[in-house]
Amino acid sequence: MKKTWDIHGGIHPPENKSQSLQRAISNVPMPDVLILPLNQHIGASALPLVKPGDTVLKGQMIAEPNGFISAAVHAPTSGTIAAIEERPISHPSGMSAPCIVLHSDGDERWVEGPPPADYQSLSPAQLLTIIRDAGITGMGGAGFPTAVKLQPRQSIDTLIINATECEPYITADDILIRERTEDIVTGIDILAHILGRPEQILIGIEDNKAEAYEALEPLLKDTAIELVEFPTKYPSGGEKQVIQILTGQEVPSGKLPAELGIVCQNVGTVYAIFRAVCKGEPLVSRITTVTGNSCRTPGNYEVLIGTPAVHLLTAAGFDEFLCQRLILGGPMTGYTLNDLSAPVIKSTNCLLAADAAESPQQGIPQACIRCGHCAEVCPAKLLPQQLFWYARSKDYDKLAAYHLGDCIECGACSYVCPSEIPLVQYYRAAKAEIRVMEQENIAADRSRQRFEYHQERLAKAEQEKIAKREARKKAAEQAKLSAQDNENIDTEDTDVVAAALARVRSSKPSPEEEHKRLQRAVMAAESRLAKARANHELCAADDPRRASREATLEQARLRHNEAVEQLTRHTDSNDTSKEQQNHTAEIPARTQHQNQNQNQDTVALDRAQLAIEQAQQRAAQQAEMSAQEKLQLQCDSLRKRLAKARDRLKQAESDADDNIEAYATAVTKLEDKLAVRQAEVEQGLAKTPAESDS
Amino acid sequence: MALQRITSPHMHAAQTTQRVMQLLLLATVPGLIALSWHFGWGSLINIAIASVTALVCEASIVALRKRPVWFYLHDCSALVTAVLIGLALPPLVPWWVVVVGTAFAIIIAKHLYGGMGYNPFNPAMVGYVVLLISFPIEMTTWPVAQSILPEGKVLPGLGESLQIVFQFSGTAIDGYTAATPLDSFKHSSGLLVEQFYDQNVWFVNGRWAGAGWEWVNLGFFAGGCFLLYQRVFTWHAPVAMLTTLTIMAWLNYDGGSSGSHGPATLHLLSGATMLGAFFIVTDPVTSAVSNRGRLIYGALTGILIFVIRAWGNYPDAVAFAVLLMNFAAPFIDYYTLPRTYGHDKRNRGTATLDASKQDTAKKD
Ligand code: SF4
Ligand code: SF4
Repeated sequence: MKKTWDIHGGIHPPENKSQSLQRAISNVPMPDVLILPLNQHIGASALPLVKPGDTVLKGQMIAEPNGFISAAVHAPTSGTIAAIEERPISHPSGMSAPCIVLHSDGDERWVEGPPPADYQSLSPAQLLTIIRDAGITGMGGAGFPTAVKLQPRQSIDTLIINATECEPYITADDILIRERTEDIVTGIDILAHILGRPEQILIGIEDNKAEAYEALEPLLKDTAIELVEFPTKYPSGGEKQVIQILTGQEVPSGKLPAELGIVCQNVGTVYAIFRAVCKGEPLVSRITTVTGNSCRTPGNYEVLIGTPAVHLLTAAGFDEFLCQRLILGGPMTGYTLNDLSAPVIKSTNCLLAADAAESPQQGIPQACIRCGHCAEVCPAKLLPQQLFWYARSKDYDKLAAYHLGDCIECGACSYVCPSEIPLVQYYRAAKAEIRVMEQENIAADRSRQRFEYHQERLAKAEQEKIAKREARKKAAEQAKLSAQDNENIDTEDTDVVAAALARVRSSKPSPEEEHKRLQRAVMAAESRLAKARANHELCAADDPRRASREATLEQARLRHNEAVEQLTRHTDSNDTSKEQQNHTAEIPARTQHQNQNQNQDTVALDRAQLAIEQAQQRAAQQAEMSAQEKLQLQCDSLRKRLAKARDRLKQAESDADDNIEAYATAVTKLEDKLAVRQAEVEQGLAKTPAESDS
Repeated sequence: MALQRITSPHMHAAQTTQRVMQLLLLATVPGLIALSWHFGWGSLINIAIASVTALVCEASIVALRKRPVWFYLHDCSALVTAVLIGLALPPLVPWWVVVVGTAFAIIIAKHLYGGMGYNPFNPAMVGYVVLLISFPIEMTTWPVAQSILPEGKVLPGLGESLQIVFQFSGTAIDGYTAATPLDSFKHSSGLLVEQFYDQNVWFVNGRWAGAGWEWVNLGFFAGGCFLLYQRVFTWHAPVAMLTTLTIMAWLNYDGGSSGSHGPATLHLLSGATMLGAFFIVTDPVTSAVSNRGRLIYGALTGILIFVIRAWGNYPDAVAFAVLLMNFAAPFIDYYTLPRTYGHDKRNRGTATLDASKQDTAKKD
């Protein structure tokens, strides 16, 4: 006997399984209309392959998978496609979704297909294709495309067949094992073959299925399959739980069982795989338990996918007046159906038509008394009472910190809560909100990144500007310092010249950089030239493109020459320019010199030169003027500047500019300067007669 | 047909909060019988007065808070508080003491903190401690047990008891009172335990913890076992409390010198030990949440009870110990979170989103 592990918590609700185990699997009369939702699985909706009016055969693919995680849909019987439209489907929200509506012709004519081969002779890849083409999804409830689950990236050493079926009322897997035992065993063998014969193949079954156990056991005698029985407890059948029970391992949060080298498949799925591989039948029917006190003949029914719920219920002797609540799935995790025309889909394992006694009114929730019963039964070892608290206060950070995401929504906590708080309902709502928020966050993240990038660019530009300004200022100061030695030239003019020079210099890269740049240019020109030459040579003489190629070649040649010339000139001039002192007297010559090898910065240079020339002109003019005139002139210019500064200040005041203070100080400074000069002028005027006298 | 649209689960266990409270009330019966058998009508009168007060207070507060009165009354939680106060107070205490204590418990300790489920302190214990501090004389005057009354003397009957409680006549209870066993033991300095047991009137008929007292405690113990069997609470807190109390008593018992703090049996079966272990420490609202937390909570309560009994000023200590531990319960919760399925580490109460993200990030 293999060792089993216990899961944390769990509950023992009344099983209510015997009702539906009274009779063997029965068939349902053919419904006239079948409704086939395009999305019966987790993943992208299937794409219809038919249009209204088409006649289809049983087993014909009528919608193909759309992408990797998707599943095909097949015609459950022969007939005509009546429509492809929105129909109410079985979904917790009671919503409508696109469905293919099929009118059956009652003939059940099968589509012709190649006869099924012996699976032993097929490769896993071929088998996976069969499974995928058969549209098989997880039949236990979730409906994940099976072919996807069977090709994990990790190597698999354990295959677990989940025959737990822990939810009350449901007996579909139980009866399937009892009645189609051999098929199940063959199905498991197919799975083992696909997964490369894993070391362990375990069937996990609860000890309340004695008959199924006894049916299976003799067939497993000489196989590698091990049948493991463990005590009945809800929710042992959850994938994570059954893995823990059979292997003692926990699936890491947010990971798949494949991470542990485990693949888990449900009995119903195994049977569907058997049918697809050994009989060549795609997934067009399933076993569904129809039970509850409102059914006169509760039992398990082999039902075509797409059969309206009401049709199936009628077959089970449904009493509409007794029914209080119609539940799709079991009483612990199922959801209420409010439209009887909604179809049975691939994952519908149970229809529970509960009467008033079976579905007592939910009591009015009372305050949480922190009794901790919920935490005691939680199989995920969460603290449901804390989660409830944070879900109510919408504290999503705390919800995440308390691992709301690990809640499997088994409902055990709600079941035991003495205050009858619908805990799971709060968790579902919170999870949905978190999902929405996450999506919004992704969108917000994206736009934030864009914004940040933009800001960064702006900041960089701004910094560069500041750096340039600083450099200019520094250069100007240096120029001023060195200019102080030169008494011949008026300080103020030196300023202008030095500033102009500094501007030029700061916009001009250092000689080394310049050299490198030129070298790069030469190299680029060379490669362009080579390419143009190659192109040219490739061109046949009569090619119409030849002329343009020739022109390109010529241009490239010219550019290359130019680049080479520039480089040599730069190398020559560099030595000289290095020796040059930063002296105002040499400015014109030097500027000109630099100008020669600075095609790039010509604009800046031109401007600088203009400024220099102007400054020199002014200097020359001033030199010609008498000191007195000079002062006067300065006063005038100061006055002009003052007027301008005042205007600016006014403007700033009216605009409520941030720089208002800077403008104000500028004005006062200019006023001071003007006052000084004016005083000088007056002094000079007073002095002049004396001077002329002497 | 109107099909209901309700989310799962569609089944519910029979246990409801109301039923839990009713079971609690039921479980006090053996203890109450023992109390009444040995100490007369006092406890029953206490409970009656406390119940009326509690229901009136609860109803008026709930009405003031504009909530449905019947809905809140029928969860029986106010009644449980009242019964616990009635059991904890000395029999034959004046009626106004009971009224003040109960009103304080319901109005201040329960509803001002947000009502059922939100109160950080056990209301009954808050009421008790307030009374103990305010009316020390009334609160420490216990009647003697019937079995140790002098020959020919009996405890007051129902009528006389009511007269005493409502102070109609000058009937004083003085003739019937004595210090409790724990109290007498505390003030028995100079006597060996052996001598004390021989001399003290309580132990003439009492086997382990004083006449009557041991039966009262055994009564509450029986009630507690019933609740455990009914799965009203888990064993963790009471067992931890009784264990540490025993260990502390045992460690400090030197075989019976005059400085001894009494044998473990005395501590286990005297005073409010069992009432505390099964009806107070197990209060879900004010104790720790997880089983591990409850172990710690119970264990620390047990230690505190002994420490206060041995070295504190008050002869019994359950109320103080419980209130102190009520303070500590949130901390205990913070550091005893379970390890969620699929996670390597235990949760921390201080965990934030970032911490949990790091947790998963590390695993990647
Ligand atoms: S079971 Fe209900 S009342 Fe008890 S702690 Fe959990 S949520 Fe609160
Ligand atoms: S529904 Fe979630 S929180 Fe409640 S018991 Fe199940 S796993 Fe735990």
